[in-house]
Amino acid sequence: MNAPIDPKLLERSAALQGLGDSRLRKEDARFIQGKGNYVDDIKMPGMLHMAIVRSPVAHARIKRIDKSEALKIPGVIAVLTAEDLKPLKLHWMPTLAGDVQAVLADEKVHFQMQEVAVVVAEDRYAAADGVEAVIVEYDELPVVLDPFAALEPDAPVLREDLAGKTEGAHGKRDHPNHIFTWEAGDKAAADAAFDTAPVTVKERIFYPRVHPCPLETCGCVASFDPIRGELTTYITSQAPHVVRTVVSLLSGIPESKVRIVSPDIGGGFGNKVGIYPGYVCAIVASIVLGKPVKWIEDRIENISSTAFARDYHMDGEIAATADGKILGLRVNVIADHGAFDACADPTKYPAGMFHICSGSYDIPAAWCSVKGVYTNKAPGGVSYRCSFRVTEAVYVIERMVDILAQKLGIDKAEIRAKNFIRKEQFPYTSAFGFEYDSGDYQPALDKVLAAVDYKGLRVEQAAKRADPNCPTLMGIGLVAFTEVVGAGPSKMCDILGVGMFDSCEIRIHPTGSAIARMGTISQGQGHQTTYAQIIATELGIPSEIIQIEEGDTSTAPYGLGTYGSRSTPVAGAAIALASRKIHAKARKIAAHLLEVGENDLDWEIDRFKVKGDDTRFKSMKDIAWAAYHQAPPGLEPGLEAVHYYDPPNFTFPFGVYLCVVDIDRGTGETKVRRFYALDDCGTRINPMIIEGQIHGGLTEGYAVAMGQQMPFDAQGNLLGNTLMDYFLPTAVETPKWETDFTVTPSPHHPLGAKGVAESPHVGSIPTFTSAVVDAFAHLGVKHMVMPHSAYRVWQQLKESGVAL
Amino acid sequence: MGKQIINVSVNGKRLEKAVEPRTLLIHFLREECHLTGAHIGCETSHCGACTVDLDGESVKSCTHLAVQCDGSEVLTVEGLAKGPLLHAVQEGFYKEHGLQCGFCTPGMLMRSYRFLQENPNPSEDEVRAGIGGNLCRCTGYQNIVKAVLYAAAKLQQTERAAA
Repeated sequence: MNAPIDPKLLERSAALQGLGDSRLRKEDARFIQGKGNYVDDIKMPGMLHMAIVRSPVAHARIKRIDKSEALKIPGVIAVLTAEDLKPLKLHWMPTLAGDVQAVLADEKVHFQMQEVAVVVAEDRYAAADGVEAVIVEYDELPVVLDPFAALEPDAPVLREDLAGKTEGAHGKRDHPNHIFTWEAGDKAAADAAFDTAPVTVKERIFYPRVHPCPLETCGCVASFDPIRGELTTYITSQAPHVVRTVVSLLSGIPESKVRIVSPDIGGGFGNKVGIYPGYVCAIVASIVLGKPVKWIEDRIENISSTAFARDYHMDGEIAATADGKILGLRVNVIADHGAFDACADPTKYPAGMFHICSGSYDIPAAWCSVKGVYTNKAPGGVSYRCSFRVTEAVYVIERMVDILAQKLGIDKAEIRAKNFIRKEQFPYTSAFGFEYDSGDYQPALDKVLAAVDYKGLRVEQAAKRADPNCPTLMGIGLVAFTEVVGAGPSKMCDILGVGMFDSCEIRIHPTGSAIARMGTISQGQGHQTTYAQIIATELGIPSEIIQIEEGDTSTAPYGLGTYGSRSTPVAGAAIALASRKIHAKARKIAAHLLEVGENDLDWEIDRFKVKGDDTRFKSMKDIAWAAYHQAPPGLEPGLEAVHYYDPPNFTFPFGVYLCVVDIDRGTGETKVRRFYALDDCGTRINPMIIEGQIHGGLTEGYAVAMGQQMPFDAQGNLLGNTLMDYFLPTAVETPKWETDFTVTPSPHHPLGAKGVAESPHVGSIPTFTSAVVDAFAHLGVKHMVMPHSAYRVWQQLKESGVAL
Repeated sequence: MGKQIINVSVNGKRLEKAVEPRTLLIHFLREECHLTGAHIGCETSHCGACTVDLDGESVKSCTHLAVQCDGSEVLTVEGLAKGPLLHAVQEGFYKEHGLQCGFCTPGMLMRSYRFLQENPNPSEDEVRAGIGGNLCRCTGYQNIVKAVLYAAAKLQQTERAAA
């Protein structure tokens, strides 16, 4: 039997509210009282307002821009076009993916709602009036929307600015509308597996274009001080340090004189990683006019012109044995990146982490190719709530495994179990060359199947299928995904050549409170709470007196920002290691004060005590004070540390999700009866926050799978760029979520934590599709294209001859 | 365009202001009254981030003209707490983790505040319908629903104690 734990120790530990505690969020006090500080809340003396003139057509030459009427409007100060930016060489800018993008359309527009001119005025109403009054004449050009058509030999050349350039950022361009081709894996080995395998399956899996749609749109307040030569910009950014570097490179202002501040951010989801023309225009306007300039995008602009996600046409193929053991995988993708390749992708991975497309399975031979293509759509290819395309990868492998199971008549749970990478195989190197750090998939699957009574569900389903009068079709979706997050190791990931490390600087004050400054920035993830919990546990300081600051480049150490669930895997590790540096120094101080050797001390929650003598100790509070007035001889005074953490590897959280749907045979409406999500994100820092993020990710996944789409007409008009048309679920349609977990720590992360926020999004989308298709599986349906709206599903009911 | 004088009470404070007739209530609150709690998410009445209480009803202030509020009483999130005392809905959102980025929160709180007066003892489904005009992208609503139910219980308890 274990010895009873001293209640005093438990009390001290609880008072710290450290790792593992569902500590209520520190940041909430300001939000629930209306005291958040978002970019649109920033006001500066003399501030002007900017609005953007956008193209109503998708592809055209600009014949003429007439500013004269706009300039007559009271309150309008200036109208800027590409011609005004040219002398400053600011009419084009580099993108975070190695392409260039027009800041304001330079003689030609490439997509509907492209930025053509900006109006700066004394208030937002006058700026809007000005936009209406700017006259632009367009000479329309043929529009190319289909990426396959874009690659036809006689397709119109979309990017005339690249004429003659056969080299792209990632290798040879073999067509004027071709951006890159990225291949991974071993094609010969994969082909050989397909040549000899007894069973093969193949399917075109289209992942439609969607938009992350955070509730706060993008915007900024730029303020240039011509006397000091300093530029301060408040901006809705998930990566303020990267923005500072780009702004400095673009403007020529030394980086030390550029201050970027990301204040409270109203949701990001990948949409706020990139650098948009509006930001640059507001900065230019402030430099030119010498006054602060605010630009806040409206919802239509946000949906139409800021980074969309997905738009992947994936041909998936699996080769297998007759009893369902996978032998080989091939995936061939055409990726529609729109008019400019303007996503934020690591230089070495233009197709992102597509290499997780072998999923949770031990696949001996695999090959994948992604071809990026220009079309007349808004630029991007953003990683919406995922690490550089993990969502697409998981979608294709999980769909293909379902299709294989169906072909072989094997249950979808069984085929997954049969192919799982086994616990003893970790660390596991995938056929794409990635080393999965840790995983234990089978217990997760077993736990989910038991929790929902999977066998019972299948019996119920069989009974319903046998009853021709049953008004509903029942479907069961099952997905066992592995994620790759925590981008990332500098040897494998960089943005514009800057390695994807992250950083933390901690200072302990003489009175024992602490402040930590970070390279990341929260958009709702609760960093102020969870980061403090890490320090509390590492240093024995109560969470409530630990202050976390992020998002201000003038005070925070350089970091690559918050996206791709990288805050805990990368910045969380930086916090732990910075804390450990302080801990080591604190031990020296304690030894000095207690006049013993460092090795004679035990660490206990919040104090160093002399081994075997509970009465002789120095608490962190004592040590903090001593660090500032009686540091040991030869040791610098003070108690602070900074750590730049370059992770040795990614982390690989995983999960098993199960969904039960009932489809109304009369209307095609799909009711989600149950959704059970088990996640394993390694060590759990704040379970309450983890659960909250899972709920949110599942809801966004539900939106993508069941209703979101960005349809275009033949002329390239986006049909649905308001919240009236673009589906964001309300509390009424959103299903109720059941969550569960297992814990498989990461062996290389200082805390064993892996990151979680994108898992529910990545994992749930194929689960919904799996469930909807499963409802039709007995009718021979293999795959259905998202979103599974009532109309789409009703069409399938008609086609399958089972509509009521 | 000439300005028009309006008299309006905002969070219990009487104001007389000259506004352009086209000024939206949300802009009036944010720019003229310097109350930045209510947010602008869509400008089409869909997201509810700008929800405030107008003469005892929830309204979306992004599609309401300030001149329509002449003689009215407006309550925003800044007026919800009574001094240092949080309102039960604010406490509920904090205790039940009913927010993440916080952008929809002021609108959600104002809607929940009014909804619980319309329906003091709601079921979970009634809460979901009651906040159906307010969008949230972070929480998946589950904890918001719990927060509103928490507030309902707390308000009823307070009422019982007072009776």
